[in-house]
Amino acid sequence: MIKLSNINKHYSTGSHQLHVLKDINLEIGSGELVSIMGSSGSGKSTLLNILGILDEYDSGEYSLDNTLIKNLSEQKAAKYRNEFIGFIFQSFHLLGYKNAMENVALPLYYKGVSRKKRNKLALEYLDKVGLKEWAEHMPSQLSGGQQQRVSIARALITHPKLILADEPTGALDSVTSQSVMNLFREVNKLGITVIIVTHEKDISDLTDRQILLKDGAILEKEDVDV
Amino acid sequence: MFDLDKWQEIFSTINKNRLRTFLTGFSVAWGIFMLILLLGSGKGLQNGAENQFAGDAINSVWISPGKTSLPYKGYKPDRFIRLENDDFEDIRLHQKGIENLSARKYLQGSGMATYKNKTGNFDILGCLPGEKEAEQISIIEGRFVDHLDITEARKVACIGIDMKIELFGTDASPIGEYININGIPFKVIGFFSDQGGDRDVRRAWLPLSTHQKVFGDPMRVDRMVMTTGDATIEEADQIVSDLRTRLSQRLNFDPTDERAVFIRNRAQFFQKFVQLFFGIRVFIWIIGCGTILAGIVGVSNIMMIVVKERTREIGIRKALGATASSIIGMIMQEAIFITVVAGYIGLSLGVGLLEWADNMISGNDYFLNPEVDIKIAISATILLIISGSLAGLIPAIRASRIQPVVALRED
Repeated sequence: MIKLSNINKHYSTGSHQLHVLKDINLEIGSGELVSIMGSSGSGKSTLLNILGILDEYDSGEYSLDNTLIKNLSEQKAAKYRNEFIGFIFQSFHLLGYKNAMENVALPLYYKGVSRKKRNKLALEYLDKVGLKEWAEHMPSQLSGGQQQRVSIARALITHPKLILADEPTGALDSVTSQSVMNLFREVNKLGITVIIVTHEKDISDLTDRQILLKDGAILEKEDVDV
Repeated sequence: MFDLDKWQEIFSTINKNRLRTFLTGFSVAWGIFMLILLLGSGKGLQNGAENQFAGDAINSVWISPGKTSLPYKGYKPDRFIRLENDDFEDIRLHQKGIENLSARKYLQGSGMATYKNKTGNFDILGCLPGEKEAEQISIIEGRFVDHLDITEARKVACIGIDMKIELFGTDASPIGEYININGIPFKVIGFFSDQGGDRDVRRAWLPLSTHQKVFGDPMRVDRMVMTTGDATIEEADQIVSDLRTRLSQRLNFDPTDERAVFIRNRAQFFQKFVQLFFGIRVFIWIIGCGTILAGIVGVSNIMMIVVKERTREIGIRKALGATASSIIGMIMQEAIFITVVAGYIGLSLGVGLLEWADNMISGNDYFLNPEVDIKIAISATILLIISGSLAGLIPAIRASRIQPVVALRED
């Protein structure tokens, strides 16, 4: 599903360069539930952004579903993001002026699905995350856990092959975090690859495989590689 | 291409950002509104001023006697100058480049004219046939004073339309009827209209010779009127200067004494007005362009803020699969829609206010038919729309190009 070989990424801050990812080699198979662990500054979010085609890498090769993701045109990058990947962010990134249903339906807008059909689908997915009653609510009227569930519904609506979650529980309390993680496990059972970036041990313990990042390099791998 | 879904997306954005939409729209509408108002009022002033000139030929020259202000050849200043028939004849015979000459004589005070049981006070003037051209008189019925009237000193009168209505009513023809002017009967030979205003149509023109005989002072001329044909401003100035020299020699006053005889050169006067209004128009255009520029800056500013404000949203949309062109399209379509609607509102309000003002102040001679060239108005609106959109386009393109991850970091 995912194959990274010798991925390097630098950030230039002013005069000196920051080597954020150092020769990353990684394979993740279809249907895995993986967590990427690391303290802040370890490069885990950068890695996730590269996986999500939200950011570019400097050298190496990244293949997603046997497609080489390198120097993509805007058009292609947008298409792959839309078709392959569902994103979940720490700060949810819902559009404040759209209600829960419209937020969930948004990726389908870029797929060219009609308004009526996508709102209907959005309601179904909101139902799946237990928020059907809240469809007309604006994000500001929802709790953190509810907002994150809305964003999960939004990530799922395009039937992605890969879900990328960047600190999905970072802004949530432990009880809510548990329920969100349960949701991820359910999603994973549907056969969708789920990659979660986190710095919390409790969260990564709930995944099947942990990848530990430190100073931009993979330290060790627990469990057995597939 | 009409894409209902795209429009719904845009309307929902507009609807949920009302203040932003209002501010953008307001700066566009205000710019257009002010431009229309400025151009319209400028035009109104100009029409008003031009109307002031409508009454007389613009190439006319008037000579009126005055009082000397300089001593000359032993004569003391403050001497009244008197113009007589001989002076007029001299000018008529010897001055080149002039036509439609007339000499006028006024009646001290106004004259009382009576027809049957109707009576009124009117200006009673003596004239020569050239007056018709110089004063731009248009005969409605009958004829004007002619040469035979002058040589035979006939007791005839050509009367203004207001005078005719007052004495004869609207329907009856006055031609051939006799009216009494200060007790003396005159046969009406015609009636006329004149764009110069009410006073110009509340008068009767009599042959000069008759006026001089009947109302006393047989040689007196109160004003000479003539036109300069198609003389240029410089040629007309030369004619005026020749006239002054000629009269100064005949009447013994200093040729540099401007107060001995007043010579009014309407062509020059008109030229000054034309220049003044050209100046005003340029001024209005400068202010108008300034207003439009302020509108453009306003729209650009707001568009830049809009894009900045929406950077995170753009990042989210891109993460969800939006292409750069769809992002640009979204921002542009919104900007164009708002500016078009607002521009149209500004245009309608401006034109509406001008129409209203036109109705409210009708009858004011100095402000007439404020109007605006609709082509200019529409071009200005289109200019504002295009520049507003361009102002949005640049930050929109920049925003659409940045990596979603960078855009997402904006909070």
